Amino acid sequence: MSELLKVPTMEEYMAQGKQPEILFWVGSAGSFDDRAKKITKAFVKILNKANVDFAVLGTEESCTGDIAKRAGNEFLFQMQAVTNIEILNAYEVKKIVTCDPHSFNCLKNEYPELGGQYEVVHHTQFIDDLIASGRLKVEGDLYNGKKITFHDPCYLGRANSEYDAPRNVLKHTKANIVEMKRHKRTALCCGAGGAQMFKEPEKGDMDVNVLRTEDALETKPNIIATGCPYCNTMMTDGVKAKEKESEVEVLDVAELIAKTLGL
Amino acid sequence: MEYLPNIIFAIALILGFGYFTKNVKKLVRNIKLGQDVDVSDNKSERFKNMARIALGQSKMVRRPVSGFLHVIVYLGFIIINIEVLEIIIDGLFGTHRIFSSIGPLYGVLIGVFEVLAVLVFVSVTIFWIRRNIIKIKRFWKSEMTSWPKNDGNFILYFEMVLMTLFLVMNATDVHFQAMNSGNVISQFIAPLFSGLPESTLHIIERGAWWLHILGILVFLNYLYFSKHLHILLAFPNTYYGKIKPKGQVNNLEAVTKEVKMMMDPNADPFAAPSEGEDEDVPAKFGASDVQDLNWVQLLSAYTCTECGRCTSACPANLTGKKLSPRKIMMDTRDRLEEVGKNIDANNGEFKDDGKQLLGDYITNEELWACTTCNACVEECPVSIDPLSIILEMRRYLVMEQSAAPTELNTMMTNIENNGAPWPYNQMDRLNWVKE
Repeated sequence: MSELLKVPTMEEYMAQGKQPEILFWVGSAGSFDDRAKKITKAFVKILNKANVDFAVLGTEESCTGDIAKRAGNEFLFQMQAVTNIEILNAYEVKKIVTCDPHSFNCLKNEYPELGGQYEVVHHTQFIDDLIASGRLKVEGDLYNGKKITFHDPCYLGRANSEYDAPRNVLKHTKANIVEMKRHKRTALCCGAGGAQMFKEPEKGDMDVNVLRTEDALETKPNIIATGCPYCNTMMTDGVKAKEKESEVEVLDVAELIAKTLGL
Repeated sequence: MEYLPNIIFAIALILGFGYFTKNVKKLVRNIKLGQDVDVSDNKSERFKNMARIALGQSKMVRRPVSGFLHVIVYLGFIIINIEVLEIIIDGLFGTHRIFSSIGPLYGVLIGVFEVLAVLVFVSVTIFWIRRNIIKIKRFWKSEMTSWPKNDGNFILYFEMVLMTLFLVMNATDVHFQAMNSGNVISQFIAPLFSGLPESTLHIIERGAWWLHILGILVFLNYLYFSKHLHILLAFPNTYYGKIKPKGQVNNLEAVTKEVKMMMDPNADPFAAPSEGEDEDVPAKFGASDVQDLNWVQLLSAYTCTECGRCTSACPANLTGKKLSPRKIMMDTRDRLEEVGKNIDANNGEFKDDGKQLLGDYITNEELWACTTCNACVEECPVSIDPLSIILEMRRYLVMEQSAAPTELNTMMTNIENNGAPWPYNQMDRLNWVKE
């Protein structure tokens, strides 16, 4: 499969004197985390399928600094931001797409004040646009009759008020979309945000991801759909904790579309 | 002697408003202890927010039961206060129901007031039942003991008594009942007093009238000591509330300056500051005490009415962690009050008391439990942002004290060294393509 992936870098584009339509910001999780890499690849397959002219920074990309900022380390965040902005501006990047809502929020809202002005979209928004503009036709019955519940990532939903794009995209899987009691602006966090992903939780009665998984399991879904690599890990762990991994799958919206397309 | 009631009334009024004004000045002084923040932008959007969220109660009604009841009490509070204007004029000039001269409209007005008074009484009773009988969880969290718990009930009792006095005052007013216009509710209360001589009725009516207006003045002065300040501060707080996307955390300018300096190859780190450049002491990063927060955050602390909607939506709190966004706001206010009293006791200057917001009020454990999910910010019906305070305090912990949890230090070292939160080489960033 992998030899089919076309992933050009900005450096290559530059060498040819061309500009891609969009920069794909892969992010640290998307580059290194085994589970998240699958999401990255699924999204690339969609981009390839729709003939989107995109490029990645590759080894020139570095952590956005988002986690450091939320952990309170503004120095480290700004060092990362300034370094990244220097590269992005050198390549004259105009539009960025990313599968990570944390990078999305950080690039979109926190980079401008440090000199990085870009149009930033989340991959669910980008796929939604591809479908709406007719560049991507999603046909396939893989999920016809299946039940999917979507877990809103905090940094896409509440943080940036985007609730519709992932749901619009999911409709094209022909699955039955069911909502959890807490959804959209009242959606419960998966427990990974604010640098929690990288530390043990404080003492309490239970873990946040288990509570959120209970919300999801209440809808009796076949699939829990996510739009964030960290949410994906947390929900996958939650499903394991509830011993439901044989019945319920946790998949990113991009993966669901790629699979529907048979990619 | 004839003017004695007028004089007593005037004195009560002056004392009531005088003491209130004194406390408002203190309130403003305390809020101004906060750091300056520029909120002069987007005036029209800010006005719209205030109109929609505070005046229009748009976020209150998201929880339909408490929202609906709150709208009734809110409308009652605003509309019935027109009556207070009449009471003040009557009290000062010795007139009786001065507005009744406007004709039939008066009956309509009082009729509306009476209906609202009953509705407010019923709503407040339901509020009391929700707090004390049904024991709705958010009113029984660990920060809601002693004063905060009593405060919530006192306010409800106050309102019950004031509404009752208003209706009794109307019911025992022989002239008003004789007018038979506007006494839509009080005509059914009047029979309770039938058989009493007119002079006794008059005494009851006067008693209710006096207690009603004195009660209002006492209530006005109770505000400063209570969570109930929201009836005033909700308006400025929704005006000054965050208008940027919720996910956007503010940029620390002081850090930007230093980072630019570090990144600039031509900068001489040992250069003496040039003429005119500010030579002030390096800024403190983050917040360890209330004076480090900005004044909008301090205004928010006074605005919080401890409804606990934030805490009831907080993932950390829901899973039994110590963090409660409401407690963050209550602690900020308590500490600010303490600092204010310290200033009062020391001739206008704060004397170090060996205490601070961080540690003495809010613990590291609470701060590190936050997932920055913005559920608390989304829930707040008056645009309070507890998350911004949590993040300011994390900044202090990390940048001034290097006191992050060990795992986070590891994560940050990784970012610093190889541009990822895990110990992977930046040169391997594109390996996934070939895997």
